[in-house]
Amino acid sequence: MNGNVQPCKKDLLMQINAISFAALDSAMYLDTHPCDQTALGYFYEMNKQRGQLLREYASYYGPLTLDTATGSCSDRWNWINEPWPWQEGGC
Amino acid sequence: MWNYEKRLEFPVKISETNAQLAQAIATQYGGPDGESGAAMRYLSQRFAMPYKEAVAVLNDVGTEELGHAEIVCAIVRQLTRDLSVAEIKESGFDKYYADHTLGIYPINASGIPFDAMTFQSTGDPITDLTEDLAAEQKARTTYDNLLRLCAGHADVAEPLKFLRSREIVHFQRFGESLRIVQDHLDSKNFYAFNPAFDGDRGCR
Repeated sequence: MNGNVQPCKKDLLMQINAISFAALDSAMYLDTHPCDQTALGYFYEMNKQRGQLLREYASYYGPLTLDTATGSCSDRWNWINEPWPWQEGGC
Repeated sequence: MWNYEKRLEFPVKISETNAQLAQAIATQYGGPDGESGAAMRYLSQRFAMPYKEAVAVLNDVGTEELGHAEIVCAIVRQLTRDLSVAEIKESGFDKYYADHTLGIYPINASGIPFDAMTFQSTGDPITDLTEDLAAEQKARTTYDNLLRLCAGHADVAEPLKFLRSREIVHFQRFGESLRIVQDHLDSKNFYAFNPAFDGDRGCR
């Protein structure tokens, strides 16, 4: 997968939260500044990293999105297993 | 957290203008058995649901219902976007037009705004899932009623048929969820305790 050392769940999630917010917030800025090249480059980079991080998280700790629900090599449907965000241990 | 997808779950391509149909169909956006109420109902009920399969169903069906509200709105919009003032007067759309012009606003077929009193979140898994089963059937009946009004309007009927079929699928998933909940309870008395309130007396 992504190297041999399993990343810390909490750190990975914090990265996903930060990068996802950066992607969402820059997308919102781009809605009213669609030609801002700096913002465009920033969004593409954040969005790329977000995709990579979500896939990495899914491969170790179960999917956070249905789009990455296939990443957890398993013969079971893991979408139902990890705690929901409002439950203990949830994201 | 949600992410938007810039597509409809089922395509809506309507070229005709028909304010009367739009007014009837709008109830599936803002009416008592509409998609907005369904989404609010399931997404609210998730939090107190103790069993993971049922939480996932409430989450995923609730999410799909948000997409269905969007389909209903797209139908209403396409049926009304080209209305002339003369057509507005003739069709009886003038009362809606007075308040909302051609904007989309959640009301039922008689014009009453959306009301959260149309759904419950009781914090009791059996009660909530039984309401959800009824909700899917009520929505199915409403689509049946709307489809009778849409004879000869295939472009309008097709997305409504799709939405109707989803009510039946959701009914099935909620039935399975209720069975899963009951498997966790006292088979001699399902109502001996509320697993969402009385603690861990059933195995989870």
